[in-house]
Amino acid sequence: MADAYDKLIFELSSPGRVGWSLPEADVPEADVHKLLPAKHLRRDAPDLPEVSEFDVVRHYSRLSRMNYGVDTHFYPLGSCTMKYNPKLNEDVARLAGFAKVHPLAPEASAQGALQLMHELAWDLAEIAGMDAVSLQPAAGAQGELAGVLMIRAYHHSRGEKRTKVLVPDSAHGTNPASTAIAGYEVVEVKSLPNGEVDVDALARTLDTDVAAFMITVPNTLGMFEPRIIEITELCHAKGVQVYMDGANLNAILGITRPGDLGFDVCHFNLHKTFTTPHGGGGPGAGPVGVKAHLEPFLPVPVVTKDGDEYALDWKRPRSIGKLQAFWGNFGMLVRAYTYIRTMGPDGLRSVSDNAILNANYIMKRLERDYDVAVPGPCMHECVLSARRQKRLGVTATDIAKRLLDLGFYAPSTYFPLIVEEALMIEPTETEAKETLDAFCDAMIQIAREAETNAAVIHDAPVTTPVRRLDQTKAAREPNLKWTRRG
Amino acid sequence: MASRYIANTPDEQKRMLGAIGSGSIEDLLVKIPPKARLARPLGLTPALAETDLIRHMTALAARNAHADSHVSFLGAGSYDHYIPSPINHLILRGEFFTAYTPYQPEASQGTLRSIYEYQTMIAELTGMDVANASIYDGASSLAEAALMAHSVTDRREIVLSRAVHPLYKRVTATYCEGPGVRLRDVPAPEGVTDLAAARQVVNATTAALVVQTPNFYGCLEDVAAAAEIAHAAGALLVVVADPVNLGVLEGPGKLGADIVVGEGQGLGVPLDFGGPNLGVFAAKNELVRRMPGRLVGATVDHDGKRGFVLTLQTREQHIRRAKATSNICTNVALCALMATIYLATLGRRGLVKVGELSTAKAHYAASRLTKVPGVSLRFTAPFFKEFALKLPKAPERVLPRLARQGFLAGVPLKTFDRALADCLLVAVTEKRTKAEIDAFAAALEKAVA
Repeated sequence: MADAYDKLIFELSSPGRVGWSLPEADVPEADVHKLLPAKHLRRDAPDLPEVSEFDVVRHYSRLSRMNYGVDTHFYPLGSCTMKYNPKLNEDVARLAGFAKVHPLAPEASAQGALQLMHELAWDLAEIAGMDAVSLQPAAGAQGELAGVLMIRAYHHSRGEKRTKVLVPDSAHGTNPASTAIAGYEVVEVKSLPNGEVDVDALARTLDTDVAAFMITVPNTLGMFEPRIIEITELCHAKGVQVYMDGANLNAILGITRPGDLGFDVCHFNLHKTFTTPHGGGGPGAGPVGVKAHLEPFLPVPVVTKDGDEYALDWKRPRSIGKLQAFWGNFGMLVRAYTYIRTMGPDGLRSVSDNAILNANYIMKRLERDYDVAVPGPCMHECVLSARRQKRLGVTATDIAKRLLDLGFYAPSTYFPLIVEEALMIEPTETEAKETLDAFCDAMIQIAREAETNAAVIHDAPVTTPVRRLDQTKAAREPNLKWTRRG
Repeated sequence: MASRYIANTPDEQKRMLGAIGSGSIEDLLVKIPPKARLARPLGLTPALAETDLIRHMTALAARNAHADSHVSFLGAGSYDHYIPSPINHLILRGEFFTAYTPYQPEASQGTLRSIYEYQTMIAELTGMDVANASIYDGASSLAEAALMAHSVTDRREIVLSRAVHPLYKRVTATYCEGPGVRLRDVPAPEGVTDLAAARQVVNATTAALVVQTPNFYGCLEDVAAAAEIAHAAGALLVVVADPVNLGVLEGPGKLGADIVVGEGQGLGVPLDFGGPNLGVFAAKNELVRRMPGRLVGATVDHDGKRGFVLTLQTREQHIRRAKATSNICTNVALCALMATIYLATLGRRGLVKVGELSTAKAHYAASRLTKVPGVSLRFTAPFFKEFALKLPKAPERVLPRLARQGFLAGVPLKTFDRALADCLLVAVTEKRTKAEIDAFAAALEKAVA
């Protein structure tokens, strides 16, 4: 057992302890009961814990030890690009001139922040071969929503009332969800068994009712879509806009560009390709890039440059509007900008080269012991199937849990949905060969155990702070907050 | 030149390629059609060494006025509150910082426990039954609440007070465009929602009535009366509230709110030029299966030991796809962790103190600034830590002069409401001192003279 700690902060509370330091009031009247009408005021102080500063530090330090993170463990979560998050990015993001700038500071007093945003937008546009980029979306899913809304506004501006968006059955769940919020009927398109788009079937589905086709390149099986240019041309011939889910951009930096492939829109996940930390589930940033014909519809405001002066342009009457209150997840933009400047064009190309090399190395080392979803070479990730192990009673979940005991976080499991017992492995370029070897050794060990000693897999994990958890109980009897017993 | 973020050496690359059976990395790219390939290097600035990059970034940062270089009275949804030192140290622990969504709960108990604590604290502050693990920011939380109210009531109209943050309204309008949900306004001519007008507008087509308290102008709304109006029409009441104020102000849930959303940036999250922020989202129990976003629940493990998992996931996009309650996936977990550590540190008495000091200093500032000839409060309704100040001179002429003297004097309201072109929105947190406020008043007096 890694650590037997089992406290919540509320259980450490001792009345009278304080963890904060604030000055006494220095103004004449400090009694809120004299300043505000009673009906607005709370009768009792909120039931928050009373703990010392050191209680806080030790508690959260101990909680952190109950997590695996990229800093401590290989984290091959497919589609999430769990690469190293450079420490320099954090130093830079904490400069007061970035971290302590108010969003409504006068533009003349925020020129450095606006310049950074302007340059980052151009860098991303160059990387993706797009004409313009909005940095506002807070995460990939919001970038998707923005992109689909721009497509919708574009069709409307041409007097077209298209009602459907095509999404492959191999897509991330956010694709259909974002599309539905944008007001479209989602039509799922069956992929070929190898995960590629069935181009003939697509051609039959495309009609004047289809607003967009939304696909991930490389696809969610880690393969480049070989007929992609033909596909985007086919779509354009029918007036259909083509959206690229940029989740897998880490595979193609400097190799190929969505804009050159014919895409009209694509989003970027700065927390994947551009090293901003995943933070246990965000914050991310999901900038969205578009071709010139969609530029009038970008979210407001747009950062503009006139001579040496940067400004926020709100006068964009055809804009889809706003996605979050202010200008984007600026703190993440600072980190991504720092990373791009650190790597330069050659460095970014080398990122994709090594991400591809690492994924192919893993695929090669595991192809004898696991079924490969699609024969390689793959791009930046590979998808295996545990169908062989399943016949022995060992599922993808079991393998994931056993990996935790062997000191690795797990690959994505059961995604993409079109692969039985899927294990989606994305090593990223930042991992060294010896880590990849250790992981492959563990995977091979598990394959052997499935044949000879499945109990050790079914019992896993036993080294983590808790063992397998009862998901059914959690959903049937929701317990979503702590309550004082008795 | 080799990159410090990539481990493979040329020799290791060669050995790996040998194992794969490929001659070069180029051989691995065979599936990409030649005409799809980029034939030139990316047109980006060449790589900078760490020392040069720090110099460049420091120079960029130096061109921005910030909360340490100036005395700031800027608010309007983003506030310069006290951030206890441990927060930054704790969130930087790699096990928190570099983990992702806790898909493998056994190896993510730290994140899951902290989210469970967060949900508990937010439910307590807002006076609601359940809170989710976070939405992007206050504005997108309101947008999600509008869509949720639409789906719960099967009605197509959201009625918003004009005293709700105008940028939140714009975000809500963006999200409501696709589903065809209409937005209607209720006026707030005196700085608070005109409830008589609300009663006229809210009807059987209304999915939700939305008020904010303190509202965009800093004034306190009568939430109980708004709840009565919404509920009489069978609509939900959505309240936008800032949780950092809820040590002093009553939780909207206790006053009849069905959904409480808000911006949690004040809970230990840096200003960061407006993001990332922290979208707070809390609701009544009966709405829990319609909520957007992640939820963490307590359960037991194989040995009966307490543990935590993501739960009620059939609401979410990775399971329900086009029928999900929301498209949100990545949220702002790390900002929620900052808020959790903030609320643990401030605790029962500290959060009350933050609210008391902010109120006291804001009221002192209002009385002091209105002693400047020609300067007055635009509205008479009770306010909390922010107020609209009417100036005798156009704010755009006054602000640059005050900025040069070291004051970020407030947010001009002209861009939000032409009728308030002579007004400045002034926010005062517990960080401001009497001396700063007095100096600001003196500078303002000269600037408007």
